[in-house]
Amino acid sequence: MMKMKGPFSLLPLLLALLLAAGCLRGRQPGQQGAGQKQVIQNSGSDTMVNLAQAWAEEYVRIKPAVSVEVSGGGSGTGIASLINGTADIANCSREMTFAERERARQNTGKDPVEHLVGYDALAIFVNLQNPLHEITLEDLAEIYGERGRIERWSDLGVQPPDGKRDKIIIISRQSNSGTYEYFREAVLGKTRDFRLGTIDMHGSKDVVELVARTPGAIGYSGMGYATDRVRMLRIARKHGETAYAPTVPNTQKGIYPVARPLFMYTLGEPEGELRDYLEWIHSPEGQDLVVRSGYVSLSRTGSHAPAQGEEHQP
Amino acid sequence: MTPGRRHLEPLKEWLIERFIWLCGVSAIFFVFAIFIFVFREGADYFFSGFKAGEFFTSIEWYPTSRTHVRYGALALITGTFSVSFLAMFLAVPFGLGAAVFISEFCPPRLKEGLKIVIELLAAIPSVVWGFIGLTIMNSLIVRLFNAPIGLNMFNGAIILALMSVPIIVSIGEDALKAVPDSYREAAVALGCTRWQMIFRVLLPAARNGLLAAVMLGIGRAVGETMAVLMATGHSIRIPHGVLEPVRTLTATIAAELGEAPVHSDHYQVLFIIGILLFTITFVINITADFIVRGIGRK
Repeated sequence: MMKMKGPFSLLPLLLALLLAAGCLRGRQPGQQGAGQKQVIQNSGSDTMVNLAQAWAEEYVRIKPAVSVEVSGGGSGTGIASLINGTADIANCSREMTFAERERARQNTGKDPVEHLVGYDALAIFVNLQNPLHEITLEDLAEIYGERGRIERWSDLGVQPPDGKRDKIIIISRQSNSGTYEYFREAVLGKTRDFRLGTIDMHGSKDVVELVARTPGAIGYSGMGYATDRVRMLRIARKHGETAYAPTVPNTQKGIYPVARPLFMYTLGEPEGELRDYLEWIHSPEGQDLVVRSGYVSLSRTGSHAPAQGEEHQP
Repeated sequence: MTPGRRHLEPLKEWLIERFIWLCGVSAIFFVFAIFIFVFREGADYFFSGFKAGEFFTSIEWYPTSRTHVRYGALALITGTFSVSFLAMFLAVPFGLGAAVFISEFCPPRLKEGLKIVIELLAAIPSVVWGFIGLTIMNSLIVRLFNAPIGLNMFNGAIILALMSVPIIVSIGEDALKAVPDSYREAAVALGCTRWQMIFRVLLPAARNGLLAAVMLGIGRAVGETMAVLMATGHSIRIPHGVLEPVRTLTATIAAELGEAPVHSDHYQVLFIIGILLFTITFVINITADFIVRGIGRK
């Protein structure tokens, strides 16, 4: 017992020393490297932060000399950092406003240049037993919104999906997800809140899975999460208007209502490493990461399959 | 042993005693440190903007609303209590029954097997239980009970019951085993049947241990997070039946803390929920303690 005590009491000290040594050594090359390495500062939209991070991580593997540093904070924050020079690329899940463009021109003397890098499109899912095939944004807002009027499938004029239970089981996301934010903005508008009593799932895939198992359910998720066990609804903006299927072409044309383009902005035409990075993002490799992050890519060449068989429909 | 070693004996003894004392006292230290930390994180808001009336009486939980942020936790409190209560309703009879069976009726060979399996049950991580709730129990409940949705209070309660049964069984069984055999022999000698022996002699003799078993089970049910997050449906409402989805306090913290900006109101309210949970467990334990002492005095 006594013999063992000696070495054991030294152990924490030793570990601490090792740790400290590790920290010191780890820091030095990083500091030196920052001088040699080309750093691209990338900030902006929280929706795009995971995608931007995925790009940054993959790009380092291809080009170790360049490091891309990604931060979130929102589209507005990204543009502000672009204008004051702390960011090279601003991620933006909306178009830059006229005022923002003016400010950029005045402060930097350069025109901000827009680069479309992908789309964020949400699909509305129902169970395969559900007779419903299309819905309007107005009705969706009444289903999901606080004090909404639609609580039953018969309010939408369809038979209950499992034959007896009329109540709509509303599936949503936990309140801090970007998908939740965008759905609220696109469907409920700027000020309205979600209804209480929605089933809040923790992931996009879980929403689709639960809709597949629950006949009376409706849910929303990124288009990329669709499976053949659920149906995606066609969506019209208002009653009487054409409903569009959630397909890649409809998203790209901008006629599918619950989709938005994802942009990256630079000051002036990008040059050097910046241009290479943006070109890589537009390459099949870069676009593949868009699809894998659950968004819609620019080209149709990717391994994208959310809209199987419905591609030519309106 | 060399004589040189022998005179080190008292020192060794002293060191070990100190060490064990430290271990014991550290528990108190850690509990207080955790409480103080949790309280400090929520304190700012607790003393300035916190509306206790809304928190305890409103079900409107809108932490990320753009126009009208509301922190009503009534539905979450109800959710935690209803799921835990239902879980205990299922787990206590089952767990105590299993403990009695293993300790009194079971043939020795089966007993060894059962104990291993039950301990294995206790070793399953909660996220695996949650996954079972999300997939297997989900479809099973829809099919068997014709429920509109499989993720509900009943699903969560079954998962929680399955998680707390192993604790109740192993601690309960230990408590029964600790009853001296002379009690059993005396009861049988007085002409008791086996059932009379168990109900009149064993259960009263082991009540403190059995109560501790149940309390630990309740503690697990109230504090469990991941499994209920996945199995209960995570829906803010006052349930009107066991087949309705609910949302618990713990699941709310788990789902929202990661994305709540540090020291924002939302973040601090989540820590106030933590304080509430702490208080609930504290009250449960104190009550248990009083009950145990009350029984002991009789």
